[in-house]
Amino acid sequence: MTDETDAAAARPADPESARRAVAAVWRIESARIVATLTRMVGDFALAEDLAQDALAEALAQWPASGIPSNPGAWLTAVAKRRAIDGWRRRERYDERLAAIAHDLEREQAEATDATGDLPYDPDAIDDDVLRLVFVSCHPVLSREARVALTLRVVGGLTTEEIARAFLTPVSTVQQRIVRAKKALGAAGVPFEVPPRDEYPERLGTVLGVLYLIFNEGHSASAGSDLMRPELSREALRLARVLASLVPREPEVHGLVALMELTAARFPARLDANGDAVLLADQDRRRWDRSAITRGRAALARADALGRGRGPYALQAAIAEQHDVAASVDDTDWAAIVALYEALGQVAPSPVVELNRAVAVAMADGPEAGLAIVDELAADGRLARYHPLHAVRGELLERLGRADDAREAFAESARLTANERERAVLLARAATGR
Amino acid sequence: MTKYMMIMRATDDAVEAFQDMPFDEVIAAMGRYNEEMMKAGIMLAGEGLSDASEGFVVDFTAEAPLVTDGPYGETKELFNGFWIIDVASKEEAVEWARRCPLGPGSKLEVRRVNDIEDFPQDNEWIRKEVGWRAEQAERLAADARRGAAQA
Repeated sequence: MTDETDAAAARPADPESARRAVAAVWRIESARIVATLTRMVGDFALAEDLAQDALAEALAQWPASGIPSNPGAWLTAVAKRRAIDGWRRRERYDERLAAIAHDLEREQAEATDATGDLPYDPDAIDDDVLRLVFVSCHPVLSREARVALTLRVVGGLTTEEIARAFLTPVSTVQQRIVRAKKALGAAGVPFEVPPRDEYPERLGTVLGVLYLIFNEGHSASAGSDLMRPELSREALRLARVLASLVPREPEVHGLVALMELTAARFPARLDANGDAVLLADQDRRRWDRSAITRGRAALARADALGRGRGPYALQAAIAEQHDVAASVDDTDWAAIVALYEALGQVAPSPVVELNRAVAVAMADGPEAGLAIVDELAADGRLARYHPLHAVRGELLERLGRADDAREAFAESARLTANERERAVLLARAATGR
Repeated sequence: MTKYMMIMRATDDAVEAFQDMPFDEVIAAMGRYNEEMMKAGIMLAGEGLSDASEGFVVDFTAEAPLVTDGPYGETKELFNGFWIIDVASKEEAVEWARRCPLGPGSKLEVRRVNDIEDFPQDNEWIRKEVGWRAEQAERLAADARRGAAQA
């Protein structure tokens, strides 16, 4: 990097494609690198910094030198060297450092042998990646921090990519990550899989973070884009990663199934103007049959574990009923009502109740559905939940009560933060249909 | 995310050399590669193809299709298997392909899988394709109803 002209001449013609190549390696390798480094240096925040330094060095070197034959080992070695340099600067050249330096030399010697493979212990690395998942989704962190940290260290997304996905300034995401790392340090969060008594709840938090990312991608809570499918697909990929790490947990497969069976409908969810198309109006021929097959397979894996269906598996089963129906009329609404009742048992919530109301309206007519919706409206907990008013509007319209329907759609439009959705609702408020 | 098909191709010589290699090592290397892709959450499908001698070719050069048994004498390279992966970029597909444990004489051809959006939607045959997928959906629905009835 001494002579800019020489360096520029040595680079490939297209620096953008070189940058993308580095980003691709990073997506594949980052979780394992950060996990391995955390175990080694005993400090998640430091490990993450070191990994980012190694990424920066790759971005500086690889466009000119090409991608090394074992990029993961290269990045890990650079990060370890940085760790040693840092300790040396702080005059803490202790036994731990000596041990790492020794490791590094040994690995480099082995990396040049006939196969070029580093010693490979997949189970140990998996355990470390799983620890990383639990740390990134730790309850001491805010929801936003869990999302940002998970996407960055487990998903291998850059800060810029996360910022773009959430329409947030890069500096905000950077701050979130810095604060999150400080919070983990301050709380003394250990690099470990939670103990048995905390495990179910902590796994629930991890699944919640992944589902939040997924939902943010397909029903953006704010802004003008209705869908950011790349975010949903990344959440699905991370759920598959988790399913391979904890294959004996039925709800992880349930979540994979739910995501697959929901994402299967993405190709039909927007019209040519980019407006949302309701389930009833979607061109079902555009649904992704392979995704439906994968989703049903994942649900079967959850069921095969024989521990009953949790909230994700039940929601997946509901999505499955829609996905396999050739039309709204062909849908087995009675089965969906039963699934919502089961869901209400294991995870009672007014939102589930609202969805049950929709299914009941389809199975037994709008009057029966409206009775449940009105009960919910009177209860007050969903007063500011815009879908409640949209559903009321829909059912009122079917009952021929156009004025009441218009009022409900207007209320729903007032409450939504999504601009496109508001436009659709306002149109219905104007016409009553 | 974008789907890519990685198609394994090998020359006859490479296939023969492959048969001399220790079977356990080959299986272990491929198994590890598949496991890596599964763990990364990107592998959607993958199959290996049986020996070419069990295959056959239908040639449409003449007016009536001509069926010939394998192996296919004049072919320089044989397809031996494929994967379908779902990745964020072409570069990521390149990176996964690079890692495939194949030896001299072998190649991976990597092709992007078309989305339905890649075709003109008003074309009559595309509409038929879409219709065929809908029929498949109905079959799935029938399966589901049968499954529900049994449950």
